[in-house]
Amino acid sequence: MNSVNKCETCPAHIQSNLVKLGIDMSDSDFVVALAGNPNTGKSTVFNNLTGLRQHTGNWPGKTVSRAEGGFSYNNKKFKIVDLPGTYSLLSTSTDEEVARDFILFGQPDVTVIVVDATRLERNLNLVLQILELTDRAVLCVNLIDEAKRHNITIDERNLSRQLGIPVVLAAARQRVGIDELLKMIYEVASGEYICKPKKIKGINNSGIESAINELSEMLKMEYPNLPNLRWVALRLLEGDQRIIDAVKNKELGVLEREDDLQENVDKL
Amino acid sequence: MENNNGKKILDKATELRIKLGEELHDSVMESIYAEAATIAGNSVDYMGNKKNYNFDRLVDKIVTSRYLGFPIMFLLLALVFWLTIIGANVPSQMIASVLVDIIHPALRTLFIDIGIPSWITGLFIDGAYLAGAWVVSVMLPPMAIFFPLFTFLEDLGYLPRVAFNMDNLFRKAGAHGKQALTMSMGFGCNAAGVVAARVIDSPRERLIAIITNNFSLCNGRWPTQILIATIFIGGAVPPYMAGIATAGAVVGIAVLGILLSLIVSWVLSNTVLKGEASAFTLELPPYRPPKILQTLYTSLIDRTLFVLWRAVVFAVPAGMVIWLVANVTVNNIAIGAYIINWADPIALFFGLNGVIFLAYIIAIPANEIVIPTILMLTVMTANIAGVGSGNGVMFEADSVKSTAEILRAGGWTLLTGINLMLFSLIHNPCSTTIYTIYKETKSLKWAAFSTFMPIIMGLTITFFTTQIYRLLF
Repeated sequence: MNSVNKCETCPAHIQSNLVKLGIDMSDSDFVVALAGNPNTGKSTVFNNLTGLRQHTGNWPGKTVSRAEGGFSYNNKKFKIVDLPGTYSLLSTSTDEEVARDFILFGQPDVTVIVVDATRLERNLNLVLQILELTDRAVLCVNLIDEAKRHNITIDERNLSRQLGIPVVLAAARQRVGIDELLKMIYEVASGEYICKPKKIKGINNSGIESAINELSEMLKMEYPNLPNLRWVALRLLEGDQRIIDAVKNKELGVLEREDDLQENVDKL
Repeated sequence: MENNNGKKILDKATELRIKLGEELHDSVMESIYAEAATIAGNSVDYMGNKKNYNFDRLVDKIVTSRYLGFPIMFLLLALVFWLTIIGANVPSQMIASVLVDIIHPALRTLFIDIGIPSWITGLFIDGAYLAGAWVVSVMLPPMAIFFPLFTFLEDLGYLPRVAFNMDNLFRKAGAHGKQALTMSMGFGCNAAGVVAARVIDSPRERLIAIITNNFSLCNGRWPTQILIATIFIGGAVPPYMAGIATAGAVVGIAVLGILLSLIVSWVLSNTVLKGEASAFTLELPPYRPPKILQTLYTSLIDRTLFVLWRAVVFAVPAGMVIWLVANVTVNNIAIGAYIINWADPIALFFGLNGVIFLAYIIAIPANEIVIPTILMLTVMTANIAGVGSGNGVMFEADSVKSTAEILRAGGWTLLTGINLMLFSLIHNPCSTTIYTIYKETKSLKWAAFSTFMPIIMGLTITFFTTQIYRLLF
């Protein structure tokens, strides 16, 4: 087992998946995904981090294709991918699939989740779903200036403790909080900050816990290093076609097994 | 290698799924919502004050109300057009006076003085340079006003409200509600609107949005609309009414475009592109004060200069073609004149004329150069003395009044004006848009359909307009 693990966790292996997702990995140390609900200012955060000028607009669904950019911090190079905004990762629209596949199969080093401070409760639904997929995330509570105007205050320490990830308050249009966000992205990417993300519990269904455990065990035997076993198990129990297909055509396995990698090399 | 273990896992999952029952998905969602509510409750303090939301909600109630929503929309549209019309006039004339009145003769003199053959001077200075200069002076000022205004409305958060108002109509037409957004983009540039249709997931609805985007009166066409409306509609009413009548006619054409895109969507979704309209979530974002400088920057650099550059690139070769059709002669008659004489009888059937037909063929690359082409060809065929700068030289008439005189001398009437406005709305998209449609749909068939369907519609509509007009007057 041990020898297998070494290969799977080696950066070159993860990179091959990102290359498959269309990311040019030459010349960058870490990959950052930018996720969040539509119209929370993801593109503005993206522009601030990268210095690019992607057109931003005040309407949901503006970012149609995946935008990419880069920045460096503390001598490390970061590649950042702006994912389309989505309300959840559960249903079947193309946007949601793009965002979910990227976080699930791309395994970015850090996922920055941008939320609207004035609509935190609704936005947290997506945050909780993303935290099921990945352990390395930073929450960027954007539009904090607007929240202030509406007399809303947010206790970021409490929020961070409850979610188990760093929380940064930001007003990206005014560049407020961007430096702090950069610092937290770096700390999570470099492993200085270890996230302990909140996992969904208390599902109101008597048999669910044992079913998840049973299926997780089976998945673990097959994919010992998959970081989000519980989530995959839950999706399979809910009958998510995309995940069923991923098991069928061994897409999940690509993350895991060295012989698959060998096959790819042989094809070349 | 058989994926046996995978199959085992899937079988187990199916077995457990049946045991757990159908409500599992709902329970999962409920627990997520409950969790989110608890966390938010613990870390967000509203200070018992939700008054500011009420302001947003009040504005929304007005701008999306059943009775006021549409009138407000049309008024805003009219206001944007009106500001563009009155604001663009003076800078347009200033740019034209430099590029056309000063630089053009200077270049000509220079070329002649250093002994360059006259046909080269004609082709490059009278053809290519003048076409580029015309496009810059006619397009730059209105775009520099229109695009920031449009971006301003977008940043403010008004566009989703437009989509909200229009959603019901589009759904009834069997199209996607987001088509309202792509349609709005089309008012800036149809090629941009076609690309924006990517926000629509369903291929069927996306195709409908792409095909009908051409009915959004694009930036390249409303200078034509404004000029012709000023001459023929504004000229047909008492002077104190002229401004309102002109703006009204232009808005009328834009609204007709919206109606046509709804009708064509409906026909398509009931014939070749059958299917149900799919649902989508549209969150009305809060109104946000736009950042003026950034709005100016993005709309001027990203939109205005981008579109302008594209227009110049297409206009320059078109200018050379115009010069050629007017100057290459067979038996001492320009080939342009042959084509016009041949097309005239057919065109009159549709209340247009041969000049307009030829202009629309030459101007396929860019709608912006239709009017200058028409003026040049009209002068050539009508043998008007004392205006223009010689055969095949595109020129800007000194004022709206002299443009009107040229057109009237070319046999234009109120009917020709109305029909040109209609045909300018309803004809093939420009070549950039056609190419974009091909790239987005990856289908020659749909690109061809999007090209010829509007031409047939336009000719049909101008034909009936002509017959009715002749019955009445």
